[in-house]
Amino acid sequence: MNTEKKKGWKEIPMAGVCWVPSTSYLTGDWKIYRPVWDSEKCTRCVLCHLYCPDGAITWKAKTNEMIFNYDYCKGCGICEAECPTNAISMKLEGEP
Amino acid sequence: MTAIQQKGQKVIALNGDEAVAYAVKQCDVDVVAAYPITPQTIIVEKFSEYVHDGEVDTEFICTESEHSALTCCLTAAAVGARTFTATASAGLALMHEILYVTSGCRAPVVMAVANRALSAPINIHCDHSDSMVERDSGWIQVYAENNQEVYDSIIQAFRIAEHAEVLLPILVGLDGFFLSHTLENVCVLPDEVVRNFVSQRQFPLVKNHEGKLVPFKLDPENPITIGPLDLQDYYFEHKRQQEEAMQRAPEIIKKIHEEYAEISGRRYGNGLVETYRLEDAELATICLGSTAGTVKTVVDELRAKGVRAGLLRIRAFRPLPVQDIIEALRNVKAIAVMDRSCSFGGYGGPVFHEIRHALYDSNPHTHTVNYIYGLGGRDMSQHMILKIYQDLEMIIKTGRTEHLVQFVGLRE
Repeated sequence: MNTEKKKGWKEIPMAGVCWVPSTSYLTGDWKIYRPVWDSEKCTRCVLCHLYCPDGAITWKAKTNEMIFNYDYCKGCGICEAECPTNAISMKLEGEP
Repeated sequence: MTAIQQKGQKVIALNGDEAVAYAVKQCDVDVVAAYPITPQTIIVEKFSEYVHDGEVDTEFICTESEHSALTCCLTAAAVGARTFTATASAGLALMHEILYVTSGCRAPVVMAVANRALSAPINIHCDHSDSMVERDSGWIQVYAENNQEVYDSIIQAFRIAEHAEVLLPILVGLDGFFLSHTLENVCVLPDEVVRNFVSQRQFPLVKNHEGKLVPFKLDPENPITIGPLDLQDYYFEHKRQQEEAMQRAPEIIKKIHEEYAEISGRRYGNGLVETYRLEDAELATICLGSTAGTVKTVVDELRAKGVRAGLLRIRAFRPLPVQDIIEALRNVKAIAVMDRSCSFGGYGGPVFHEIRHALYDSNPHTHTVNYIYGLGGRDMSQHMILKIYQDLEMIIKTGRTEHLVQFVGLRE
């Protein structure tokens, strides 16, 4: 969860001028559910990577892992719905 | 030699629309985008003649709608252009969405509105329904009493809107037909005097996404983003900034009005409100726009008979000069607020809402009543205004208000 301290109205530029690049805008704090990956069930078909609308899922070749970037994952659940082996389940934020 | 000639000014006959076009011609405007609508049409016609005759160095864009006209001005202003548009009635209503985008993007667009009624039934004549409905859109609103003030207000408007402490769009209202189509003598300044007064647009520095301080305009060399997606996390903060700019505006309006008075010799009260024989008045009316001229005549007649009557004309309706209003009405015993528009189902007209609200905490508590008048161009004649002052006298005499909100000049 993104916990950066938000600035006040006296500290930010007018008219919505961005004072940081858009990649610094962590949209991950929009999500209510987060995807949790099961390495055993996963076949590394990378459909989740292809379907993720935020490009928040990548395959790490070195360790043969699927990496979920929770800074940008909005918790839409498309990965869970598309996964052919049910290796992804959506868990409520804050739940273990 | 008159004082006017000494300042290098000349007197020419202009209707209100022509006065707008003449002022814009002198203000070194980069982009004018507009769509013609009665009673604003002459502004666009006249200005297009200036463009055709090579009298101005302005990109003139004939758009297919007012929505596009304002969008052109907003975007041109965002890249640093000085911009102007003009509209009325349905045209302003069609701009509604972009009015908010313009103020939110802090684009200092100047717009003349030849105030006209809203349909239906269709009506091309004057009332203030069109701009009153936009009072919450984040635009500064100034209403002129006569064509001279129209000319002067447009020139001042560029300086106010573009001021680094303000950076808000501004609307100058001129009463449709009563001003827009009525020929009056107007004193105009020499071109170079106006050019020097309005000068060049200045750009405050803002911090961009690379952490650099860059001028507040869209420029590929120094890229910034203006008005992007802004959700629960920062939208509220940006709206608060707009309100702050509005709160700073009255001082800037007064300062620029005074600076302009030095080059022109003309003043309209303090630039925010104008008082007329109000110092020792017991009875006061409050109005906006051209009606004030008629009211002043009635005030003079009443004063000649020993009645202590006065007038407060609101020149800047947004931002509302609350302290000036309270101060001006401090010793008045009864007030009639005149509204040239109707807030259907509301508790009186929009000007009444504001004035009565502003006076609520002032001491002493004054009788404040409302008269809705002149919808769709209905004439507001001297005898109607006289009747309003007589009503106020009766209120003071009896200490009672019979009707809080009334319609004047309406047949039963």
